[in-house]
Amino acid sequence: MKFLSEYRDPELARQYFEEIRRVTTKPWTLMEICGGQTHSLVRNGILDLLPDKITMVHGPGCPVCVTSISVIDEAIHLAQKENVILCSFGDMLRVPGSSKSLLEVKSAGADVRILYSPLEAVQLAQQSPEKEVVFFAVGFETTAPANALSVIQADKLGVTNYSILASHVLVPPAMEALLSDPENKIDGFLAAGHVCTIMGMEEYYPIAEKYKTPIVVTGFEPLDLLQGILMTVMQLEKGEYKVENQYARSVQREGNRLAKDSIGKVFTIDDRQWRGIGSIPQSGYEVNERYKKYNARLKFDLNIPLAEENKACISGDIMKGLKKPVQCPNFGTLCKPEHPLGAPMVSSEGACAAYYHYSDKNN
Amino acid sequence: MQLNCPMPKFDFDVITLGHGSGGLLTHKLLESGVFDLFKNDLLDQQHDGASFSLSGDVSFSTDSYVVTPIFFPGGNIGDLAVNGTINDLAMCGAKAKYLSLSFILEEGLTMEEFWTILVSIKEAANKADVKIVTGDTKVVEKGKGDKVFINTSGIGIMHPKAKIHHNNIQTGDKIIISGQLANHGITIMSLRKGLEFETTIQSDTAALHDTVMQLLDKFGDSIRFLRDPTRGGPASVLNEIAGLTRLGYQLHQSALPIDPQVEGACEMLGLDPLYIANEGVFLAIVKADVADEFLSALQQDSNGIHAAIIGEVTNTNTGKVILNSSIGGQRVVGFLPGEQLPRIC
Repeated sequence: MKFLSEYRDPELARQYFEEIRRVTTKPWTLMEICGGQTHSLVRNGILDLLPDKITMVHGPGCPVCVTSISVIDEAIHLAQKENVILCSFGDMLRVPGSSKSLLEVKSAGADVRILYSPLEAVQLAQQSPEKEVVFFAVGFETTAPANALSVIQADKLGVTNYSILASHVLVPPAMEALLSDPENKIDGFLAAGHVCTIMGMEEYYPIAEKYKTPIVVTGFEPLDLLQGILMTVMQLEKGEYKVENQYARSVQREGNRLAKDSIGKVFTIDDRQWRGIGSIPQSGYEVNERYKKYNARLKFDLNIPLAEENKACISGDIMKGLKKPVQCPNFGTLCKPEHPLGAPMVSSEGACAAYYHYSDKNN
Repeated sequence: MQLNCPMPKFDFDVITLGHGSGGLLTHKLLESGVFDLFKNDLLDQQHDGASFSLSGDVSFSTDSYVVTPIFFPGGNIGDLAVNGTINDLAMCGAKAKYLSLSFILEEGLTMEEFWTILVSIKEAANKADVKIVTGDTKVVEKGKGDKVFINTSGIGIMHPKAKIHHNNIQTGDKIIISGQLANHGITIMSLRKGLEFETTIQSDTAALHDTVMQLLDKFGDSIRFLRDPTRGGPASVLNEIAGLTRLGYQLHQSALPIDPQVEGACEMLGLDPLYIANEGVFLAIVKADVADEFLSALQQDSNGIHAAIIGEVTNTNTGKVILNSSIGGQRVVGFLPGEQLPRIC
């Protein structure tokens, strides 16, 4: 298929593997930020073909995985309200909150709808004036522009029965949190191509400089990943720590101006709780003062007590790159996609789900 | 073939609860529509069931159809319900002969929609040379169903050479797919609310029994196993038999026949075509030394133009399905947890 098969060429892949093997002289630990990259690495069998000296650890770039248990409790609380239609991306439905998941409250009669775009939720609000429509706005910088647009659109149309439960998280503060952790083992990053398509690369230069760590903005196809790994290893072997762009067909240094503008219009930067990792200052988006009537937390006066994470789930260590999914004692036994202990086992971008579905280390 | 069946004059424009009462309305609906349309000697007896004699080994199968939307490019719930049960029998090695047909209609279904479904059931049955010999119609209140649900059961005569069972599968056997993957599932998905995207893909719904009977004539017990990968796709079928046979099933990504539009839709939606429903496709596991001949015979058939050998049975990785990725890596293809898309057939 055009624009896909070019990036899955077996001969070029073979040459990349050979080149990576040739330039690697020391052991290196690389982290791919995005869960989409993790799945591509595992699904295409790349991890097994890399030289032993290279260890890939899987980053926190799975929005479903890092959404805190308390935010899911907020969504469940809203969904159970009499006149609320809660709209969400499909991935969020099976993630357990402190006592149940959205899927369970849906089965019990709550009106929970799976949508592919927040703009559909605005339409739904227009069609259901007697209901309150809430969109569960989860995601990194990538989904923020569309969620922001839905608020701008609702405001323009005078739709008053629409609001969003914002739970956006940001990549650069998470990278800093990982790098400043005393246990950190990461030598280099493959930054998330889609996030950088929106936000550009500017935020990464000071991080690379401060922590002397190379960062290569990387795509998602097999050849993208192999090239990203090669570029990172070449920097490490030479003792360099630059920000480079492997995914130039999509990412520009300054990002997408229009998308960034709509984010800036609707959101303000806030501290955010990350599942398994804890609170990271200035690491998320919340609806700003100007659009506060579209903030579901204020509209419904949400005051859900902070819930405890399931102690049996080591998702924090996995997303910090300290452990691999298979090193979790509950992997594939107590924790399976059909009854997960934590989000990384259910999300389509979760590292545990990737290992469970695609690798043979789960028996 | 398009049947020329003008809609008879019904007393109502829509199905009402009365049409399922067993009373006058039911009688009129059946008399003016169903019995005339499906006319055959067994149905004409108008008993509670059909009585007939059969000789030799037979297969018996049943399936319910709840697809939404009920009309889609390439077919509708009516021909799907006929072809689906015919195919289930064909996978046992039997040629369908008689079908039962039961409707659960939701109050408010238009007579026009119901008639369109009835006509395509008739067309599909004619084309496949099977008779509808008994049936039932119930009506549920508005909001208690979704327009129409159909159940069909079928009886078929076993092909004398058929020895189709997963116990017969052996190391070295080849895995063959009869057509492009995921066309039906992606067609339905493209129509679902909120997922509308433009394609020219059509559902592949088709009766496969003639194709299968011809292959059985020619290859007999060299055909070890057949299954139509409907819900859950070939990945689910292979996982099921991997568990039963304790053999390994190895697939080659580059050999999988997939329409570029379907591939694009799968990429966009983050779906794996190996798990998506098919309706006119079957998966065959055949003895290695007839595989090439089997493939070329299948490719001569209109149901097998895109057929391909997609893998083989191994004595390594037992109990598992392994995919060799196009760039030379390997991964496990496991069972799908939960539903990828509900109500697909």
